[in-house]
Amino acid sequence: MENKVYTAKDFSSDQEVRWCPGCGDYSILKQVQSVMPEINVPKEDIVFISGIGCSSRFPYYMETFGMHSIHGRATAIASGLKAARPDLSVWIITGDGDSLSIGGNHLIHLLRRNFDTNVLLFNNQIYGLTKGQYSPTSEKGKKTKSTPMGSIDHPFNPLALCMGADATFIARTMDRDPKHMREMLMRSNNHKGTSLLEIYQNCNVFNDGAFFGMTDKATKMNQTLFLEHGQPLVFGENKDKGIRLDGFKPIIVSLEDCSIDELWIHNEKDRVKAGLLTRFFDADFPRPFGVFYSEDRPTYEDALVQQIDDAMQQKGQGNLDDLLKGSNTWTID
Amino acid sequence: MTQETVEKVVIFFAGDSGDGIQLTGSQFTNTAALYGNDLSTFPDFPAEIRAPQGTLAGVSGFQISFGSTEIFTPGDECDVLVVMNVAALKANLKRLKKGGAIILNTDGFDKRNLRLAGFADDENPLTDNSLADYRVSEMNVTKLTRECLVDVTLGVKEKDRCKNMFVLGFVYWMYNRSLEHTIDFLKQKFNSKPDVLEANTRVLKAGYNFANTCEISSSRFDVKPAKMASGTYRNIMGNQATAMGLIAASQQSGLDLFYGSYPITPASDILHELAKHKNFSVRSFQAEDEIAAVSASIGASFGGALGVTATSGPGVALKGEAIGLAFMLELPLIIVNVQRGGPSTGLPTKTEQADLLQAMYGRNGEAPVPVISASTPSDCFEATLDACRIAIEHMTPVFFLSDGYIANGAEPWLFPQSKDLQSIKVPMTKKENTDYLPYKRDDKLVREWAIPGMSGLEHRVGGLEKEDLTGNVSYDSGNHELMVKTRAEKVERIADFIPNQELDAGSEKATVLVLAWGSTYGAIKTAVKELLAEGYSVAHAHLRYINPFPKNLESLIRAYDKVLIPEINNGQLIKLIRDKYVIDAIPMNKIQGIPFEAREIKNRIIELHDGE
Ligand code: SF4
Repeated sequence: MENKVYTAKDFSSDQEVRWCPGCGDYSILKQVQSVMPEINVPKEDIVFISGIGCSSRFPYYMETFGMHSIHGRATAIASGLKAARPDLSVWIITGDGDSLSIGGNHLIHLLRRNFDTNVLLFNNQIYGLTKGQYSPTSEKGKKTKSTPMGSIDHPFNPLALCMGADATFIARTMDRDPKHMREMLMRSNNHKGTSLLEIYQNCNVFNDGAFFGMTDKATKMNQTLFLEHGQPLVFGENKDKGIRLDGFKPIIVSLEDCSIDELWIHNEKDRVKAGLLTRFFDADFPRPFGVFYSEDRPTYEDALVQQIDDAMQQKGQGNLDDLLKGSNTWTID
Repeated sequence: MTQETVEKVVIFFAGDSGDGIQLTGSQFTNTAALYGNDLSTFPDFPAEIRAPQGTLAGVSGFQISFGSTEIFTPGDECDVLVVMNVAALKANLKRLKKGGAIILNTDGFDKRNLRLAGFADDENPLTDNSLADYRVSEMNVTKLTRECLVDVTLGVKEKDRCKNMFVLGFVYWMYNRSLEHTIDFLKQKFNSKPDVLEANTRVLKAGYNFANTCEISSSRFDVKPAKMASGTYRNIMGNQATAMGLIAASQQSGLDLFYGSYPITPASDILHELAKHKNFSVRSFQAEDEIAAVSASIGASFGGALGVTATSGPGVALKGEAIGLAFMLELPLIIVNVQRGGPSTGLPTKTEQADLLQAMYGRNGEAPVPVISASTPSDCFEATLDACRIAIEHMTPVFFLSDGYIANGAEPWLFPQSKDLQSIKVPMTKKENTDYLPYKRDDKLVREWAIPGMSGLEHRVGGLEKEDLTGNVSYDSGNHELMVKTRAEKVERIADFIPNQELDAGSEKATVLVLAWGSTYGAIKTAVKELLAEGYSVAHAHLRYINPFPKNLESLIRAYDKVLIPEINNGQLIKLIRDKYVIDAIPMNKIQGIPFEAREIKNRIIELHDGE
């Protein structure tokens, strides 16, 4: 296979991008287009599949193969595509309503089966396309058009849900940090198996500032925690705070009182600790970004192809006439 | 003892669902088939897998009609009823004709069984003379089986499991059949369990010898081989034929078969069958739900495979939105609906033809989908292959309708050779097509297919309205109307690529035409054949293609005074015929979860014929 050299522009389709001005989706599109030349896959072998929602317009803007499908089903469609065509690089574009509400079932089954696909979950904690109802990730008490007295739904913690479904790769990034996002997109791409990348995405029209504390200069150092494999969990304005584990209980410590050697060292391969990290989900703890968990597990499509190969080995390539004939025949003259 | 030659026999085997009735029936079927009889079978499963033993709800049945003459249905009334317990007798006595034979296991008529079957303490059909109209052969099957296995080291439970072989051996003797085929079968099935093999074989022979030596059975019957078209036959069930049709379509088109399905009665056997044939590159996928099953199949089709999903009515209801997507994407997709009694969960183990209108109209928006149906178990093969041909060559989802009756029914099949099968041309565009437009159409109005991996042909498709030619999203009102009409016309034009409707029997000048579709075929065929022999002026046309109809259908049916449309539903094909041709056809409907009997159809035709 000849390796063409692409630029980000090669991945931009001729369709006019139609998100609201200022929407976080623009940044994600840009980072994806700029990462594509680096993944080393001919663009005819790349497929973007989306469901329904603002984010799901995404495939129209990518100069690759693509399908804008129906609400919640991109994960299921991508599963069939990958089973039929393991050779393709398959990207699933979905939102919090698409993947966690109407498509919740397919998401967890995609994760447990571990098809080698990349899920980009644009989480803006709102229904944008239908003009502003609360979503399954909206915080409790949220006032929207459908919850004038405040939402009484307990929200999903998406990454904890994905851990529960035995995902083999989970990570988080945000629209306002292009560099980190590109890094996470590459990590997702390089993972063999289903990679689930949650992207905090600002919907400036219906839910502006949902992640304000994590993106604003003044607060972000204290409210975010960037994970790096093998590195201690350190955060804060002057990198002066850390997380220590007391048994399974995380404790925020000041580095003035606590040596860096005593801190929790991030290990992407540690399922139990990854589980704890997904629970850093309220105001008490900084919100983690980066790769939470990564595990090598055979993919569904590899196992499927293996069974086909085994069947061919054992029985020989199928012969239609033998099949039609079966094992018991009789002849009438 | 007498020996009689008969033309045709209908036997009904019945017992507890744990009694091995289906195996007994299928063994008798295969032996009859190998002997050269024509035949037709139908299993009658209990609705619950583990209904309480000994109760009416737990009765499992298997009906076979076999003969030296042509057989089109499993038969109306039975000649012989074989019952393993009193519940089986109670549930099925109505099937037996007056004067028919009953072979019964008296061990299944003890106090406990009588109570479980709902008899009062002093009631027992064996002693109260209620079976006086029948010829009853009583035997202690359980006791005799145990006695025959005294010196075998199996447990009582395992020994009792052989008792169906006793009955089978008995019936084999009655119909003068060799035990050879069943012994071969047992050898294969139990090759790793020599003691179980020995026990089954011994009991089978014991049943045969018991019939030979005891006094209870007074007659023996000969059913000569049938005069059937020459060639090599096998026995086939509908779901099996459907699975083979799909594999054949994959081979004939060169597209890998992807089969996404969620378990549902009575379609699951197609999944089981296909999962066995991975050496044909079959990718079978048991999805998490019905929606995922169809969605995954659409994904596979998008990737260039032949995407197929199968289910029954409730599953089709769930798949509706995705079928609309496939319709919009104009990708090949087969939706197999093995219909069962509805609505809602309805009657899962019973048959019905009530999903025709769902197949025709069950989607949002203007979304006509071709509909193909099968009429007999073996016809499922060709009809499936045909459905796949239309889906691929016309780039459209296609409904294939079968039902529980033909899916589980069996008949001899003069199976084809692969070289005689129709080929399927895939409308794949050329790799070097530099001005490829996803929604540019040929004169059939079919768009060209470009799949991932084809360099320079990258494009996007989706469920939003497409712009003509480019396939880009378009909200233009004129374009929408054009596209709706174009997609409908594309489906209409399939009529140019299907054969004209022919008469199955009778002439164009007949007084009454029976027009039908699907599994009513056998009963109508039998009725019409008998009526023609009796001099009635009747004809029969049976549809495979329901959307679009064959081009000559209107002129064909207009030639008749009376058009009778029998259906196992409340009148669905008749709505389509009345709507399309404004012909006032006459409905005939049965909605009992069971097929028509030939005599019901016959009587109705006579009424119409002689003027009501
Ligand atoms: S509604 Fe919100 S999420 Fe949707 S495009 Fe506009 S800003 Fe973006």
